[in-house]
Amino acid sequence: MAQLTRTERQIALALFVGLAVAGLLMVAGGRADPLGLHGALILGVAVFGSFGIISKYYEPLPGADRLREYYDDPSKFGVVAAMVWVAFGLFMGDWVAWLLVNPDLTFDAAWSSFGRIRPVHTTSVIFGFGGNALIATSFYVMQRTSRARLPDQLSPWFVLLGYNLFCILAVTGYMLGITQSREYAEPEWYADIWLVVVWIVYFVTYLRTLARRKEPHIYVSNWYYLAFILVVAMLHIVNNLAVPVSLGHAKSYSLFSGVQDAMTEWWYGHNAVAFFLTSGFLGMMYYFMPKRAGRPIFSYRLSIISFWGITFFYIWVGSHHLHYTALPQWVQTLGMTFSVLLLVPSWASAGNALLTLNGAWHKVRDDATLRFMMIAAVFYGLTTFEGSFMAIRPVNSLSHYTDWTIGHVHAGALGWVAMITFGSIYASVPWLWKRDAMYSARLVEVHFWLALAGTIVYVFAMWNSGIVQGLMWRTYNESGTLTYSFVDSLIAMHPYYIARAVGGLLFLIGALVGCYNMYMTIRAAPQRKRLASTSDMPAAVPAIAPAE
Amino acid sequence: MGIGERDPHTGHMTTGHEWNGITELNTPVPRPVYVFLAAAALFAILYWVLMPAWPTGGSYTKGLLGYDQRAAVAESLREAALGRAALTKKIAAEGFDAITADRDLMDTVRQTGRALFGDNCAACHGREATGNKGFPNLTTASWLWGGSPETIAETIRVGINSAHPDSRTSQMPAFGRDGVLPRIEIENVVAYVKSLSEPQSARGHEAAVAAGRKVFASTCAACHGEQGTGNSELGTPNLADQFWIYGGDSETLVKTVWGGRQGQMPTWEARLTPVERKILALYVYDLRRRQ
Repeated sequence: MAQLTRTERQIALALFVGLAVAGLLMVAGGRADPLGLHGALILGVAVFGSFGIISKYYEPLPGADRLREYYDDPSKFGVVAAMVWVAFGLFMGDWVAWLLVNPDLTFDAAWSSFGRIRPVHTTSVIFGFGGNALIATSFYVMQRTSRARLPDQLSPWFVLLGYNLFCILAVTGYMLGITQSREYAEPEWYADIWLVVVWIVYFVTYLRTLARRKEPHIYVSNWYYLAFILVVAMLHIVNNLAVPVSLGHAKSYSLFSGVQDAMTEWWYGHNAVAFFLTSGFLGMMYYFMPKRAGRPIFSYRLSIISFWGITFFYIWVGSHHLHYTALPQWVQTLGMTFSVLLLVPSWASAGNALLTLNGAWHKVRDDATLRFMMIAAVFYGLTTFEGSFMAIRPVNSLSHYTDWTIGHVHAGALGWVAMITFGSIYASVPWLWKRDAMYSARLVEVHFWLALAGTIVYVFAMWNSGIVQGLMWRTYNESGTLTYSFVDSLIAMHPYYIARAVGGLLFLIGALVGCYNMYMTIRAAPQRKRLASTSDMPAAVPAIAPAE
Repeated sequence: MGIGERDPHTGHMTTGHEWNGITELNTPVPRPVYVFLAAAALFAILYWVLMPAWPTGGSYTKGLLGYDQRAAVAESLREAALGRAALTKKIAAEGFDAITADRDLMDTVRQTGRALFGDNCAACHGREATGNKGFPNLTTASWLWGGSPETIAETIRVGINSAHPDSRTSQMPAFGRDGVLPRIEIENVVAYVKSLSEPQSARGHEAAVAAGRKVFASTCAACHGEQGTGNSELGTPNLADQFWIYGGDSETLVKTVWGGRQGQMPTWEARLTPVERKILALYVYDLRRRQ
């Protein structure tokens, strides 16, 4: 707030008032519908925000010296938000895991049924945790690799706060029973429209920073972050094309139907994996890994090949989610073959990351933060291999609809996405809050081993469970009929479900240790006296008039 | 463009760019990347040539193998049916007595019936067919509508109180709620009914049991029989044995007499084939025979 100029304070206040009006209209229009509750939530947020602005409106205005440092306050907020979301999201995930072990754990409430808390888990970890971490690190990385400060103080806050409002609308909506029933795109039309607004501001902010860069070349990380922002906008808009029942209802109906609907959903779904969970996090990896290892990127040329390979091939592969369905076979063929092709640039990325560590392996041994990133690259390679393999039709006929898919997703989500994020956050927290190091290197070590053990237990449990399940479903007896009933396969999976829930619990405990460590770092670790060098400053700006 | 420097560790040059301290080596792309990319591309192209692959406006390239997933499914279904044909034909043709006497056919019934029962019946009757509250135990000698394979098959076909036009229908009236019997008479008749299966429970309640006997004779016997042993023509349960659908304790019995009962079983005629229903009937029949 102290960094906001007078004009920005005025615009922020106007935005909050506008938001309050929108919330009020939703309350009025949707009073007979859960939409009204969301209207009230928005109204509450807006009123709270307005008072926040008003109470600090007359605080001293920032001087021109603010321009001599990167604007990291939004990144700080994003990192903290990511950790809050991950603790909540992993808790919900482990609850869902125990719910599958013991179906009575809903405690007879509607909001806690499997169909509602499962998307609460996925949205909290993917969008709450992953999204906040991506936005926070993208602002951080973009400013430094461009040697340019963010163009203004307001838009990054609009992006982060607006994005978190979207996540809260999504998660509370599921518990109220509001859903589009599109996997990973469950929020209804009004939340979707809000996200479009937020995302466009994000994109524009990014381009404006890029346009102000003082480096002649754009660093790899920014290619990936830009691909992430641009493609996610495209995916989100197309997949969520829908007509609401009325402006006073939360419910809407998709523009697509039948197999086109399924194809649109999985074109979105798989590219969410590609451009949200892969591209953005590769951007993170390409900055934080060489930075932490103190090594140059292994090969600039390999970076280029992998970037364009991943970006071009990924767009095609969504149909591999619909093998052996009503989807025409030629579409399945394209999805499968491009999935196989995709393996090469994926492994090139993982290889480029691991080879970058050549000459720094002793640091990997001693530094759990760097080890987080190294293991992430290993899991990235593992998961992309598994993904291409599972996309091959005959393999898919065994793996599809089984827990193998869940195991694959979590090898990616826990092993790759969460590990690279934890590594990057552990690297950036001391930099952001200007500390010498994390509060406790030992606790980072504890977190690392809990996370790795949790991931391995989880993934092995689901591999076993999935393959057992898949084989049981296709086992015939001598009479030529199915040997097992569906319930038989559930009983066979029970021990694996327990193992999975235990693995998830280990991962959750690790994340909580991480939260504590970060809290103590921010609160208690010794403050660094001054910037070590000018390398953490934007390029000298020509003298401009101080903020009005 | 900056000027590259040599990295002492790898011996490669850097590209000469530097971002916030990060540099990049100008290492050539390792040859295996190209080799694998070529191999993957070759695989993809080969697959496109052989299989349905690219759209051509109104149609698509059919592929040299002429493979079609729908035809493949139809073919494997036909083959599977052919493999089962000998046994299914026999089960369809033979009478229940002949099948139960045929050891091989009964093996098939047990194999196939287990999964059929698990997928269709177990949700209510339990995986071991031992029932749940409100859903009868199928492994006992106590049957509502008769325990021969023929009557079981008919029950499966039409269901009980179902939407099927020939459905078996049966209802126990709500004697208490509808004011047919006063509270005290309900308690008496319950004491009597309990004494049928548990004679020792009558001790100390002789008066109530005697009064209940009269109520039973005038109100209940028409359906449940003079001795309370039930009537499989009407689907009324035997009250003198040890098996209860809703529970045989006094509290549950009072509830049953007070509010009546009308259990339901769906019709399976539209959902299972005649042979599948026959196998299920034999499987259920066989469960008890094996005990």
